[in-house]
Amino acid sequence: MPSPSPTAPPRSFVWSRRVFLTLLTGFVLLPVYVMASSSLKPLQDVSGRFRWLPSGLTVRPYLDIWKTVPLAEYFVNSLIVAGAATVLSVVVAVFAAYAVSRYRFRGRRVFTVTVLSTQMFPGILFLLPLFLIFVNVGNTTGVALYGSRGGLILTYLTFSLPFSIWMLIGYLDSVPRDLDEAAMVDGCGPLGALLRVVVPAAVPGIVAVAVYAFMTAWGEVLFASVMTNDTTRTLAVGLQGYATQNDVYWNQVMAASLVVSVPVVAGFLLLQRYLVAGLTAGAVK
Amino acid sequence: MSAPVTPPTPAPTAVGAQVPPERAERSGPPRARRRGPRTPGRIRRASLPYLLLLPALALELLIHLVPMVIGVVMSFKTLTQFYIRDWTTAPWAGFDNYRISVDFSAPVGKDLLDSFVTTCLFTVASVALCWLLGTAAAVFMQESFRGRGPLRALFLVPYALPVYAAVITWAFMFQRDNGLVNHVLHDQLGLGGDRAFWLIGDNSLYALLTVSVWKGWPFAFLIVTAGLQNIPKELYEAAAIDGAGMWQQIRRITLPALRPVNQVLVLVLFLWTFNDFNTPYVLFGRSAPKAADLVSLHIYQSSFVTWNFGTGAAMSVLLVLFLLVVTGGYLLLTSRGRKSADA
Repeated sequence: MPSPSPTAPPRSFVWSRRVFLTLLTGFVLLPVYVMASSSLKPLQDVSGRFRWLPSGLTVRPYLDIWKTVPLAEYFVNSLIVAGAATVLSVVVAVFAAYAVSRYRFRGRRVFTVTVLSTQMFPGILFLLPLFLIFVNVGNTTGVALYGSRGGLILTYLTFSLPFSIWMLIGYLDSVPRDLDEAAMVDGCGPLGALLRVVVPAAVPGIVAVAVYAFMTAWGEVLFASVMTNDTTRTLAVGLQGYATQNDVYWNQVMAASLVVSVPVVAGFLLLQRYLVAGLTAGAVK
Repeated sequence: MSAPVTPPTPAPTAVGAQVPPERAERSGPPRARRRGPRTPGRIRRASLPYLLLLPALALELLIHLVPMVIGVVMSFKTLTQFYIRDWTTAPWAGFDNYRISVDFSAPVGKDLLDSFVTTCLFTVASVALCWLLGTAAAVFMQESFRGRGPLRALFLVPYALPVYAAVITWAFMFQRDNGLVNHVLHDQLGLGGDRAFWLIGDNSLYALLTVSVWKGWPFAFLIVTAGLQNIPKELYEAAAIDGAGMWQQIRRITLPALRPVNQVLVLVLFLWTFNDFNTPYVLFGRSAPKAADLVSLHIYQSSFVTWNFGTGAAMSVLLVLFLLVVTGGYLLLTSRGRKSADA
């Protein structure tokens, strides 16, 4: 971005910036440092007084985390649940957002307002009824929603779908209408125009929504703690396995935290530009 | 980064004079009309938006509307663990659950009120700090300097980290005997007498606030950064020519221009913070210390720990009513002179 002012910023500004950003960087990095350094410490280091520097470096925690709790299994569960919730909500949201963005129809406003307002409700509001529905469905039909990955995926749609629809409406509004009009003039049907022209043009918005949905699902704790059982447990619940035992293996907790964070943080930083672009168009209007 | 932000103005040339004026801004249906009166096509086109919406509508019904209705019904029932297998058989309780929830002289109501007040205080403090840090960082980083790119990426790390991983790390830092916080405050700075407890007792609210701000401010930073890109550069140039300094430009141009962005941002931050369950749950476990007992966790506890789903549901409904009133009032206050979000 070019400098907003042709003159150089005054020294007071430069100094305030330096101080503020340094302090903020420290605040941001502190837990990251603790996570990374503690994950390489021997157990006696993390059980005693905190030390800034480890007395010795060890990779043992990284080997032990997979044995203390079935971390790999939780990893797979999280991947399946977050991935499926993301794909499902993005696909459904693209169609819905296209309809809202391109057509005027009866109920359009009611639909958008409803979708928008569900975003403000606490997850706990949906948790109780969904829990009861799942239990009842299981008892009457034998379809195990409660405790299953499918059930958890459904509950994750409660937050990922409205957000996806809302962001994509904003984003599709910013895709020039001339594009799909031209496609339709050239003989595409509305669906053809959507899939061949609008979706490719909206890739940044779609990626942004997908990143957001995946991140939120990957980090979700509330539904995961109620709706899963031993075999479907996700990382969100599984990671507490290290912390609630009599002995807390803090070095393993930190190693596991780092391991489950790396994929999402890396993905996020890679796709960060899309997210900013998507938020710009979708949320900041 | 440079995505257009305002919806582009519709191209007037594409549709032309055949379109009734009120239709001119959207060009889907009018196009169809212009191409002639093919009746089957028109019917198909009229129902097309609904077809496109169908999956979303079905899912919305399943995951939002039905649960909401059931939630309201639940709140009128005496729903304890004996009725979990089939909640429909639970006896009616009338308004009992609501009466219990708002009877502030009895333990249940008093706890709910305390938790509600705590949540309000916590939310206001957290949103204010998140907004302040995010805005300051975004404004300071509006102008290019060496290292800005990597720093921006770094600032987004708390936002990208999974909640439980980040909050568990904070929980470790707040440990009384082996945590970093007490090590710095007590061992290195020599503050206070005994090592403080951070995850129980009165300090727990400060611990929660710290974690919440750490996790939440990058979102404000992200949104404000996006908002800053909409401010025309010419404004700053004109101000500079008129002799306005950097600080004056920030006060007179940047902050006023951010107002619409801030209105959305503050509302979103408020709702997220107010409803946050993940942070207190990972930090404290199933039951939070009294000083940091947020409403979400409180309802969870009333429902899944003490097994009274009916009361939990009534509390949820009351919470939603409160959020509706606050959000509605906020939108009314801030939307004057602005187009509503989906217009």
